[in-house]
Amino acid sequence: MYVYTVATLVGIYCILTLGLNTITGIAGQISLGHAAFLGIGAYTSAVLTVSYGWDFWPALIAAVVAAGGAGALVGAAAIRVREDFLAITTMGVNFVVVAVFLYFPFFGGAFGIGGIPAPRWFGAALGKPGFLVLVVAGVLLALAVNLWLLYSWAGLALLATREDEDAAHAAGVDVRAFKIMAFTIGTALAGLAGSFYAHYLTFISAGDFGFPFSITILCMLVLGGIGTNRGAIAGAVILGVLPELSRPLADYRMLTYGGLLLVLMRWAPHGLLGDASLLGRALARRLER
Amino acid sequence: MTTLAQQLINGLTVGSLYALMALGLTMVYGVMRVLHIAHAGVFTLGAYAGLWGFRWTGSFWVALLAAMAAATLFGLAMERWVYSPLLGKPPITTLIASIGVFIALEEIYRIVAGPEPYGFEVRLLLPDLRAAGLLLTAPQLLVALVTGALLLGLWLLLARTGIGLAIRAVSQDGEIATACGMDPRRIVALTFAIGSALAGAAGMLVGIFYNSVSPTMGSVTAYKGLAIIVLGGLGSIPGTVLGALLVGVVETLVIGLVDFPLPRDAWAFLAMIAVFLVRPQGLLGVK
Repeated sequence: MYVYTVATLVGIYCILTLGLNTITGIAGQISLGHAAFLGIGAYTSAVLTVSYGWDFWPALIAAVVAAGGAGALVGAAAIRVREDFLAITTMGVNFVVVAVFLYFPFFGGAFGIGGIPAPRWFGAALGKPGFLVLVVAGVLLALAVNLWLLYSWAGLALLATREDEDAAHAAGVDVRAFKIMAFTIGTALAGLAGSFYAHYLTFISAGDFGFPFSITILCMLVLGGIGTNRGAIAGAVILGVLPELSRPLADYRMLTYGGLLLVLMRWAPHGLLGDASLLGRALARRLER
Repeated sequence: MTTLAQQLINGLTVGSLYALMALGLTMVYGVMRVLHIAHAGVFTLGAYAGLWGFRWTGSFWVALLAAMAAATLFGLAMERWVYSPLLGKPPITTLIASIGVFIALEEIYRIVAGPEPYGFEVRLLLPDLRAAGLLLTAPQLLVALVTGALLLGLWLLLARTGIGLAIRAVSQDGEIATACGMDPRRIVALTFAIGSALAGAAGMLVGIFYNSVSPTMGSVTAYKGLAIIVLGGLGSIPGTVLGALLVGVVETLVIGLVDFPLPRDAWAFLAMIAVFLVRPQGLLGVK
């Protein structure tokens, strides 16, 4: 049972890092508030199923739409606000969203929301193995979206926006629309992860979705190698599993993450498997041969 | 009317503490174009060092000195080993590294000093001032006097001395300042030292003012500091002081007068996001 729990959570982390990779890795728009969209998805799904008696599946779709919609708004803000200012704007969004969950009785206030029902599949409640299959399907969907983005015209436009916004604009790329698109897709994926998270843990509270969790997701992505799907997944798996294997790592989790971010930025900004990292370049050479 | 005036006093006190904290942020941004999130870690270090100094000697002045000295040393170390090596990298790289330092620091404080808050009770020799139904408590008076003195000192340094001229020159245009014979690395280090010293003092004053020193006391201040320097226009020192007082007053008034269930910290962010969208250069910024 324990293995299923770790695997399911790692799957949820993978969806989150893939979503953040869409925004930060592919489109180059920094977001320090990814956990807020996880929270929006989780709360949407939880409120609809617990307070309004919705079924899991429509609530899942609502969660994706709500998170994606909120993400589109932030994407619209990203048109005016760039780079490190976008970073602190998204950080602010994270704080405001958590404060709303915490202070509005509608969202359960400080007590959070409990008793979130398990998803049902043809009338039967989904058990832990079934849930893992569901989450893996979610990871594959997120991966498919990102792969489509990387190999389509839209992906080229996003990469161009990342490399040089003004040049992309001059070359006829509608930078505004593509920024909003990247944010919408990335945050909708976070909403999907949020719905899974709520229904797997059956209890959520505002503190789960704070800024430290956003940093955790960013740390996973940076460790794996920002901008690549393999990096996003590798980072989520490594940092999702390591604290389970090592007690001190679990106790001093934030110290590890903080130190890791500093060390990576200082000596290996492309992470373990990024395109310009040592391993990534070796991999590329091997594939060319 | 009296309530409003009293709220104004309370707001200005809080605001002047924010100003002390945010000045370092804005000065560092000025000379390095870096958002120095770990500044809040320096702020917390100041509070712990001040508390330690006070317990050791029982003297407020020794404690203040300890807070500022510890903060200065740590700020210089960070400039030397974190920020300088990352110069020239994209701003995001430095920002992420800075966040890494900050969350690691919070965890270190928790491990070293324990998660529970310490009280910071100082017997002040100041009176509570009462006039026309208004109350200025002794801690508020202390905050007003110390921040006033430090801000005056900073203004004199920046406006009246050669060092201040150099700092202003480097923050306006580093290359031209270098061409005029200034050494930007020294100026950057100096800026870190001054900004960190102010943050250390702010940390200790906040500890005394709320009678609590805890590992996470910096986190809200960190992000609020960012909101403030953005409001004031990045790199602008008068703008930062104005922004800090404004945030202090507005959030105190909003909490006191408006019955809307959002904590005071969320308001600063909403204000920041609004300013970003309407006036990205800040209230007093010129760009």
